[in-house]
Amino acid sequence: MIIDINFIGLIIASIMASAVPLILASCGELITERSGVLNLGVEGMMIIGAISGFALMTVTGSLIIAVFGAMLAGVLISTIFAFLTQTLITNHVATGLALTIFGIGISAMIGKNFVGIPGKEFPVLFEGLKDTIPLLGPILFGHSIVFYFAFALPFITSYFLKKTKIGLIVRAVGDSPESASNQGINVRLVRYACILYGGSMSGLAGAYLSMIYTPQWIENMTGGRGWIALALVVFSTWNPIKILIGAMIFGGLTIIQFHMQAIGVRIPVQFLTALPYIVTIVVLVVISRDSRKIRLSTPSSLGKSFHKDN
Amino acid sequence: MHKFFIRSFVSSLVLLFTFTVAAIAKDVKAAFVYIGPTGDHGWTYQHDVGRKAVEAAGFKTTYVEGVPESADAERVLRQLANSGHDVIFTTSFGYMNPTNKVAKEFPNVKFEHATGYKREHPNVSTYAARFYEGRTILGTIAGTMTKSNVIGYVASFPIPEVIRGINSFTLAAQKVNPNIKTKIVWAFTWYDPGKEAEAAKALIDQGADVIAQHTDSTAIVQIAEKAGVYAFGQASDMDKFAPKAVLTSVENNWGPYYVDRVKAVANGTWSQKDTWHGIGDGMVVISDLDSQMPADLRSKVKKLQADLASGKVHSFTGPIYDQKGNLMVAEGKTADDGMLAGMMTYVKGVEGDIPK
Repeated sequence: MIIDINFIGLIIASIMASAVPLILASCGELITERSGVLNLGVEGMMIIGAISGFALMTVTGSLIIAVFGAMLAGVLISTIFAFLTQTLITNHVATGLALTIFGIGISAMIGKNFVGIPGKEFPVLFEGLKDTIPLLGPILFGHSIVFYFAFALPFITSYFLKKTKIGLIVRAVGDSPESASNQGINVRLVRYACILYGGSMSGLAGAYLSMIYTPQWIENMTGGRGWIALALVVFSTWNPIKILIGAMIFGGLTIIQFHMQAIGVRIPVQFLTALPYIVTIVVLVVISRDSRKIRLSTPSSLGKSFHKDN
Repeated sequence: MHKFFIRSFVSSLVLLFTFTVAAIAKDVKAAFVYIGPTGDHGWTYQHDVGRKAVEAAGFKTTYVEGVPESADAERVLRQLANSGHDVIFTTSFGYMNPTNKVAKEFPNVKFEHATGYKREHPNVSTYAARFYEGRTILGTIAGTMTKSNVIGYVASFPIPEVIRGINSFTLAAQKVNPNIKTKIVWAFTWYDPGKEAEAAKALIDQGADVIAQHTDSTAIVQIAEKAGVYAFGQASDMDKFAPKAVLTSVENNWGPYYVDRVKAVANGTWSQKDTWHGIGDGMVVISDLDSQMPADLRSKVKKLQADLASGKVHSFTGPIYDQKGNLMVAEGKTADDGMLAGMMTYVKGVEGDIPK
């Protein structure tokens, strides 16, 4: 096989494209978890986003309405979660799991009428520049707007948490809701906002799958990506940049193992298919083995309900 | 008190009447058990199209979707058998043992199991389709249409059904073009659009200009459309998903068989059978041939289709050698159904090893 430089560019571009939904959902969930809320409903919110985006695209014909509608759908379903866990103080884990099951079920119900309909072409940016630069051309150009947004998001998230006042408030709420509350911060309001934001990002991740990556609706089409996004948040020790690295490794190995199969590398295929999971975990554990930093970045009140007596 | 008695008397009468009517005009009710959701636009979707045909023929049907191939299947089957269904179709290989087990408990209910081989009780039939005949046609088209001589093949799981498909596809492609190479990628999934798309992309990046698939989603033909290469639809006609890429599709057409069997139950002529139908019986259907294919190829395919249907041509006609060069089928002979059913070796010309 001839390895030419554009071939490598193409592979990297497809790795990046496969990492997009993971980055979006993980960065959203990271903000939610940083505020001390563990939402295991990512898969459910993603699939709701996927069907909402696809349905709106088919019905209205407008891609903009579809994308924002999918985010709104993510917000709406996460509102249920927020109401249950924040207002009714239910258990985060149980409620999140219920949210996932609910999301898969209701998306299948809505989706019944949208099976077997081809999606629409989603516009890409800078298509013409693709062939101007070798290697970098296919990596940098010819992608959808969501793609560029996803790769900016980890940096925005990192800046937001470290350098902005609201970011600080979110972290304070996640680390010690009691102290934050004593400082006059409305813990419940902050957590509500973070849950809804996480929902919107999961919704967008789902819409990316059903509208851009594989434009179609099929039941269960998220295929467990929500769970991988959740795992990435934990193994990256709540660091958005490491989420980016983890998502790229995961997407990369999934794609490279297919290339290895096609070239005919004599490694058991089952091992190759397991590789993305194993390597992503190992790498993330290794790059974040500093226990002091882990302690600093882990939201101390993660998954604990906060009930203010008044 | 008086009113109460009249009411109970009347309602008992009504109930009795209902039961009597139900017992006299006994409608045949058919039940279907699905492995996946009916919204998969693949395997289960096609079975459900068949169920709708039964419904259209005037019979009552019910279905249960997403039934795991475990003890759950037995529970579902028992419940269906208990609730007055006369014939139950179990549409996945893994339902084989549950079907036979429950069939023993309900000798008056007919059971039809898809793609299996166990018929332990007289009320169990099995049925399957000769999809490999369709793949012979796809291979012929792929071998003719490829320019790079590299054909990509996205496979699901290493079971005889899939291996048989790869073999029949490759044999047909080699026949028209001895220089082709079939590159196989195992996705280890029946449907996961994202993963299937990635597998197809990898094959296209490696130079494949025709992609075949033995997974169920439409993601692969869409990727092919974007990349400007050819592809084939799986299970249903996928042309509308990728009008330029899809040259033809192999459709699973269960409807006629289902209607036939339910009618047999209604007439009392149902008996145990093992059915393995192909193009000839209409269980495997080839969709319209795309006009991008040269006219002579189209007429060649049409003829091949007719010959496969009549039995003049068999997908596995000797001499066939395995990868090591051992003779599998002698010259002039064809592979028998036993060999086809248990096929777990690649034929010569397929690259790579079967995952163990």
